[in-house]
Amino acid sequence: MSNRVVNLLVPIISIILGLLVGAIVMLFSGYDPVSGYIALWNGIFGDSYAIGETIRQISPYILAGLAVAFAFRSGLFNIGVEGQLMVGWFTAVYVGAAFELPMIIHLPITLLAAALAGALWGLVPGILKATLKVHEVIVTIMMNYVALHVVNALIKTVSGGSYKTDKIQPTASLRSDFLSNLTDYSTLHYGIFVALAMVAVMWFLLEKTKTGFELKAVGFNENASQYAGMNVKKNIILSMVISGAFAGLAGAMEGLGTFGSMTTQGGFTGIGFDGIAVALLGANTPLGVIFGASLFGSLKYGANNMPNAANIPLEIVSIVVALIIFFVASGYIIRVGLQRLNKKKEAK
Amino acid sequence: MSFLEVLYFIIPTSIAYAAPLIFTAIGGVFSERSGVVNIGLEGLMVMGAFVGIVFNLAFVDVFGGWTPWISLLAAMLVAAIFSIMHAVASVSFRADQVVSGVAINMLGIAIALFSVKMMFGKGQTDFIQEKIPRVNIPILQDIPVLGPMFFKSVYGTSVLAIALAFVAWFVIYKTPFGLRLRSVGEHPMAADTMGISVSKIRYTAVIISGGLAGIGGAIYSQTMTGDFGHATINGQGFMALAAMIFGKWHPIGALGAALFFGFAQTLAISASSIDIDFIQKIPAVYFHILPYVLTILALAGFIGKANAPKANGEPYIKGSR
Repeated sequence: MSNRVVNLLVPIISIILGLLVGAIVMLFSGYDPVSGYIALWNGIFGDSYAIGETIRQISPYILAGLAVAFAFRSGLFNIGVEGQLMVGWFTAVYVGAAFELPMIIHLPITLLAAALAGALWGLVPGILKATLKVHEVIVTIMMNYVALHVVNALIKTVSGGSYKTDKIQPTASLRSDFLSNLTDYSTLHYGIFVALAMVAVMWFLLEKTKTGFELKAVGFNENASQYAGMNVKKNIILSMVISGAFAGLAGAMEGLGTFGSMTTQGGFTGIGFDGIAVALLGANTPLGVIFGASLFGSLKYGANNMPNAANIPLEIVSIVVALIIFFVASGYIIRVGLQRLNKKKEAK
Repeated sequence: MSFLEVLYFIIPTSIAYAAPLIFTAIGGVFSERSGVVNIGLEGLMVMGAFVGIVFNLAFVDVFGGWTPWISLLAAMLVAAIFSIMHAVASVSFRADQVVSGVAINMLGIAIALFSVKMMFGKGQTDFIQEKIPRVNIPILQDIPVLGPMFFKSVYGTSVLAIALAFVAWFVIYKTPFGLRLRSVGEHPMAADTMGISVSKIRYTAVIISGGLAGIGGAIYSQTMTGDFGHATINGQGFMALAAMIFGKWHPIGALGAALFFGFAQTLAISASSIDIDFIQKIPAVYFHILPYVLTILALAGFIGKANAPKANGEPYIKGSR
C-alpha cells in the first residue's frame, strides 16, 4: 500500500471504528443501534429542511476547522478557537446592530470586524509563543475562559443589563430568503459561501504565496527556517492571527446567519473544540477540512433527531465524535495494523 | 460585615473551592512528571463528579452518613479506569498526547451526559441527600481569630486535600518510585538504560492522575453543586491544569496555586455581597477572569520554559535517539 492510500485509510478506519464503538455503547445501554443510526441518517438527509439545516451547521464547522488546521500547519495547536469564535460572534452582532449602512458596506465591514476580533484573540498567544516561548495550548485554553466571561459581561453592558443583545440590522444579515425557501424554510444562510471562499483563501495562501511557504516551513522545522533567513517569530504570530481570523468568522456565521443576536453563554459552544476534530480528520488540508466539517456538522445536527425518532440521548453522537478523534490520534497503531495486513497478503 | 467577618467567610470558602483543584492538580503533577501531558484532567474530573453523584444517590440508603466518602472511592476507581484510555493512547499508541487529552475531555462529558439522560430522563441528576459534611476541629477551633478562619465548619475533604499535597511531595521526592517517575519524565532513555520500565511508570502515573482527578471531581460535585449536569465542572479541570503549571509541576506549588485560585473564585462569586467599598466597585468579570489572566502572566513572566519536565509530551520510542 502506498503512503497516500494509508493516509486516506486511517481517517476512514477511524470513522468506522468510532461508529462501531458507538453502536456497541448503544447496544449495552439497551438502545437499538440500527434505529439510532437510521434516526441519525434521517436527521441529516431526511427532507430538504434537514438538509438545509445540516448545511447551515457545516458552515461554522468549516471555518473552525480551517482555524485549527491553519495553525497546525505552522506547528501550532490552537485550542483557543472556541474563545476566538465567541469574541467574533459578539463583535459581529455588535457591529451589525450598532451601525446603519447600506448592505454592500455594512456586511463586509461586519465580517471584517468579526475576523479582526478573532485575530486579536489569536494575537495574544501568538506573541507570547513567539517572544517568550510560552506554550500556546495553555494560553489559548486560558484565553477561552477569558473570552467567555468578557463576552458575557459585554452582552450585559451593551444590552443594559439584559441577557441578550439587540437584533442585527437586516443590512448586516447573512440570511437568505432564496436559500431558505429552497430548503423548506430552514435557517440556511449565505454563510456557507463565505466558508467555502475561505477554504479557497487558505489553499491559495498556503500553496501559492511566499508567506504560505514560510508558514509551512516554520511548521516543518523552525531551526531550518531560521537558518534559511525566515523570520520565525513573525510567522508564528501571523499564523495565530490568521487562525484567529478564521475562528472569528465562524462566530460571525452564528451571529449574522443563524441567530442574528447573541445571548449570554453558560458554557462553550463546542464548535471550536469540534474544529480540532474537523482539522485532524481533514489532515489539516483545506479540502480535507470541507470533508471533516461535512461529517461532523452532519453528525452534530442529525443527532437532534435521535431523541425523538429513536429515544436515544443525542450525546451518543458526541461520544462517537470523541472516539473518532481518539482513533485518528492513535493513527500509529492503525498504520501498524495495516502494514501487518499488507505483509501477510504479500507473503501469500 | 466587618473585615474580620469577611475573612471568616472568604477563607473557609476559598479552601473549599481549592480542595477539588488540589486533588486534580496533584494528579496532573504525577502524570506530567512522568512525561505524559494530561489535558484530559477536565474530562476525568467530569467523570468523577458524575460517578460521585450517581453512586451517592444509589447507595445512600445502604451507607447512610458514609455515602459521600464511599462515593469518592467509587469516583476514584472509575476515573482511574477511564484514564487508562489516555495512557494506552499516549504511551502505547504514541498518539499526540494533547489531542488524546482533548478526546478524553469530550468523551468524559459525553459519556456522563449520555448516562444521566439514560438514567434520569433529563439533563441533570436529582440532588443528593448526603453531602460531604462540614466539621469543627476540636481544640483548634477555639484559637482566637485563626480558629474560625481555618478550623470551624471545614470540609473533611479540604483537610485531606492539604494532607495529600504533602504525601505527594514525599512520594515524588523521597521514595524510589518518585525518583523513577521523575527520571522517566526527564530522560526516558537514561531511565530505560538503568532498567526502569518507562511504559510501566507512565501507565501508573496516568492512572494515579485519573484517580486523583476523579476524587477532585467528586469532591466538587458533592460539596458545591449537589447534583450533576452539563455545567457542573465547567473548566475546573483546566483551572487545575493551570494550578499545576503555576505551581511549577511541584505538589506544594500546586497546593499554593490551587488555594490562590480558590480564593479568586470565592471573590468572583461573593464580591457583590462583600461590604468593602473598593471590592464592590470592581465589576465581577475581573474576578472571573483573574485566575486565567494570572496564569498567562505567570507563564509569561515568572516561569521559564525549563521548569516543565524535559520529556513532557514526547512518546518514548525504544531505540530511537
